[in-house]
Amino acid sequence: MPILGILASQITGHLSTNSYESIQTVTVGVGGQSSISFTSIPSTYKHLQIRGIGRTNSGNFYDATQLTFNSDSSASYSQHYLDAYNGTVSASAGGVSATYIVNYYLGGNTSNTFSANIIDILDYANTNKYKTVRSLAGIDANTTGGAINYSSGSWQKTNAITSITFTSTNTIQQYSSFALYGIRG
Amino acid sequence: MASTYTPIATTTLGSAAASYTFSSIPSTYTDLVLVFNGGTTSNGPSMLIRINGDTTSNYSDTALDGTGSSAISTRHSNGTYITVTNDVGVAGTLGAQTSTIHFQNYANTTTYKTVLVRANNATSNGYPGVSAVVGLWRKTPEAINSITLTTASTTFLAGSTFTLYGILAA
Repeated sequence: MPILGILASQITGHLSTNSYESIQTVTVGVGGQSSISFTSIPSTYKHLQIRGIGRTNSGNFYDATQLTFNSDSSASYSQHYLDAYNGTVSASAGGVSATYIVNYYLGGNTSNTFSANIIDILDYANTNKYKTVRSLAGIDANTTGGAINYSSGSWQKTNAITSITFTSTNTIQQYSSFALYGIRG
Repeated sequence: MASTYTPIATTTLGSAAASYTFSSIPSTYTDLVLVFNGGTTSNGPSMLIRINGDTTSNYSDTALDGTGSSAISTRHSNGTYITVTNDVGVAGTLGAQTSTIHFQNYANTTTYKTVLVRANNATSNGYPGVSAVVGLWRKTPEAINSITLTTASTTFLAGSTFTLYGILAA
């Protein structure tokens, strides 16, 4: 079955929609918080998808978070991305021994303006291979700026993913909301 | 856990049309996903999105496009619609153009609405390529209850399909 969401643009006709289930949602309240976590993720699905909107109190119109799995802060992550930032296209790699995957973009300091994020985590419970993540995220703040990012990341561990954490060096603002979904195989 | 990603409405155009509108969208979901597959009656560069019938300058967008020979980016500010680049473009080619448009947290009344798009024109004519677009609708926050898709200068072919899904978070 094709992955819903990002890959849906490659599908014609109707999607099969009876295998996509909501697992957890985190919505940030008054005062904000420095991280968002999904914990005790069941291993009963084939793939995971995270969908959300977010904003921090960054000094720029955009911000990013640090994505880690199972609280692993060792040098086990890498990533590549294609990005358009204020009209300029770039591509880069995030290193082969990083301690997290940079998750672009969250919204920044523009009032009422939140980024949108869709993140797929494939075969997350398989204990025989490293885990691959791909994401599409963007923030547009009208005349202040805009950016969109298409990225892929790797966690070089074979553990089943049981928790996912997004950590900000700033404060994730009220009304930011991220939902975790499971897709059955 | 209950399944979600629920079809809300779907239409196959019986004749060419300048636009298509999903109206009376229920506010009972968390996200909306709109899937378009079709073509146009003449070459035209873009699909355009309007929300809740708002024709004022409340829209902006940022695109990342692959044209087949280069990667480019375009931006629009204070527009009267969100532009989906490279989306519809080849006369008479039904099915080559596909868009998946995500409206996340569309029903809240506290934030501006940010839209994510993946689109492509799979033929080698007109405006071929792939696009990723982020768009902003910054009207005083209100729930999205209608979405209109149109094109810059052409009409959608008969046989084009428009399907709207709702996703409900726990």
